[in-house]
Amino acid sequence: MKGLIGKKLGMTQIFEPSGRRVSVTALQAGPCTVTCLRTQERDGYSAIQLGFGRRSLRKTTKPVAGQLQAAGLAENPPLRLREVRLSEDAAVAVGETLAADIFAEGEYVDVSGRTKGRGFQGVVRRYRFGGGRASHGGAWLRKPGSIGMCVNPGKIYKGRKMPGRMGGVKRTCQNLRVVGVRPQDNVILVEGAVPGPSGGLVMIREAVKKGN
Amino acid sequence: MNSLQKIARETDKRESIGDFAVGDTIRADLLIVEGEKERIQSLTGTVIARNGGGVAEAITIRRISYGQAVEHVLPLHSPRVAKITVTRRGKVRRAKLYYIRGQQGKAARVKELR
Repeated sequence: MKGLIGKKLGMTQIFEPSGRRVSVTALQAGPCTVTCLRTQERDGYSAIQLGFGRRSLRKTTKPVAGQLQAAGLAENPPLRLREVRLSEDAAVAVGETLAADIFAEGEYVDVSGRTKGRGFQGVVRRYRFGGGRASHGGAWLRKPGSIGMCVNPGKIYKGRKMPGRMGGVKRTCQNLRVVGVRPQDNVILVEGAVPGPSGGLVMIREAVKKGN
Repeated sequence: MNSLQKIARETDKRESIGDFAVGDTIRADLLIVEGEKERIQSLTGTVIARNGGGVAEAITIRRISYGQAVEHVLPLHSPRVAKITVTRRGKVRRAKLYYIRGQQGKAARVKELR
């Protein structure tokens, strides 16, 4: 398993030599500093903790700054810390930097991010309900319709799809093909769209469902 | 310049495409893979639309082929488009010549620019 914290830069399109057009998302992948190691012996699992970006000192709490001391980042704290689980204890040392070149063209990755917030939405937009008819006496154009039974069971079941806040949650796009790696800019190009706005932070991991 | 613009500039080949406009009759040389070899096949027709911007730009070419009207949509920045030459400049007043589709004979022509 390998992974990096990154930033969505935006979408564009490129051409394959065959002339096929590919819509790609450009992701800034790293550079990430290894800030901490989780080991089988001490923590019961193996992982590396990565830091990405830059957070102002004023916004960094002292406990976090203290933990970053081992990586030499107490004066230069990262914006985001994330762990990447590994199958066995890592061969890297605290303070090392990982960058976009850990990924290669042709590999598959999973990209997680926070989707764009869409505010309070009705059931037609939020859950793709069909709604009712506009004519022929239709009385529930974009309403949810019936939400349950009568006196038996006398309640609305939990999980009923209703209007509410939409978006702004973590989502993962799986099995996105890496179509380009640009180590000089720390940018990778993946085929298709990824969650979140341009400029949003994303987590890029090796695809779990493809045997890379 | 940000990374996204850098990527777009590598795909962009506006400089080599040459200058033409909607209404012009052009010859587009396309690279075609035939078995093992690549050869150039040219396609002649009237440009009836330019759609999209930047590296996504595409043109629609209309021609009458064996009595049958055919339209091709070509992504302008595709590496398969080798060259575009203008054979005739057209005099048009619109950006999209879709009205030609419903016309026949003399009405379906584009006047030459003089």
